[in-house]
Amino acid sequence: MSARVQTAPFDLAAELAGFGAGAGAIVTFTGVVRDDTGAMAALEIEHYPGMTERALSDYGTEAAARFALTDWRIVHRHGRLAVGEAIMMVATAARHRHAAFQAADYLMDWLKSRAPFWKREIGQDGTARWVDAKSGDEHALSRWQASSSRKYPCSLATDDPA
Amino acid sequence: MTLDVLYFAWLRERIGQPRERIDTDAATVRDLIADLSARDDWHAAAFADLAAVRCALDQQLADLDAPLAGVREVAFFPPMTGG
Repeated sequence: MSARVQTAPFDLAAELAGFGAGAGAIVTFTGVVRDDTGAMAALEIEHYPGMTERALSDYGTEAAARFALTDWRIVHRHGRLAVGEAIMMVATAARHRHAAFQAADYLMDWLKSRAPFWKREIGQDGTARWVDAKSGDEHALSRWQASSSRKYPCSLATDDPA
Repeated sequence: MTLDVLYFAWLRERIGQPRERIDTDAATVRDLIADLSARDDWHAAAFADLAAVRCALDQQLADLDAPLAGVREVAFFPPMTGG
């Protein structure tokens, strides 16, 4: 159960070694720098040292309580990242798959619009442009506040074994 | 009251510095923004559109109407784009 912020790349296999021992289900998500325009050279990610670590830890702890996770991990990079590099990862471990999937989805929705990171696209021509927040990311949070089961009708209590 | 005020992303660029220590009588975040905006054109430009400004008080996300009593660190930034 940990959250880290770092400039260095991470090794997914190394992160998962020993992760979630005894769990029935482990879900991982990896975010990768993509180039939608064909003109991007890199992504620069700024963050708020101190608050970032606290926010990631708080959201992980909340997800663990809400979805009965047996383990969780968040690794988020900052600094300059080339197209194709992994930006961040979330791993969740639970007894059954639905809780692990839901918790990973929940954490990603929170990280997208409630963790203090800001992305700036650096073009191949050297221009820089701050990435605007998507209204859909903000909206995505509301489904967790309105109802925990709207998107996934199966409640955790009746979850089938993974 | 003395506050450490931090700026991130394009707010930092528009204001021209990542942080400053200021003395203010502002009671709320909104009062503080009015105080800062009156100081110079750079601050005024950074806070021209409050719909695009978010804030944290002592590293916890807060509303623009939140009171500043007891707060030591205020951060201003655009909507977050993590993940």
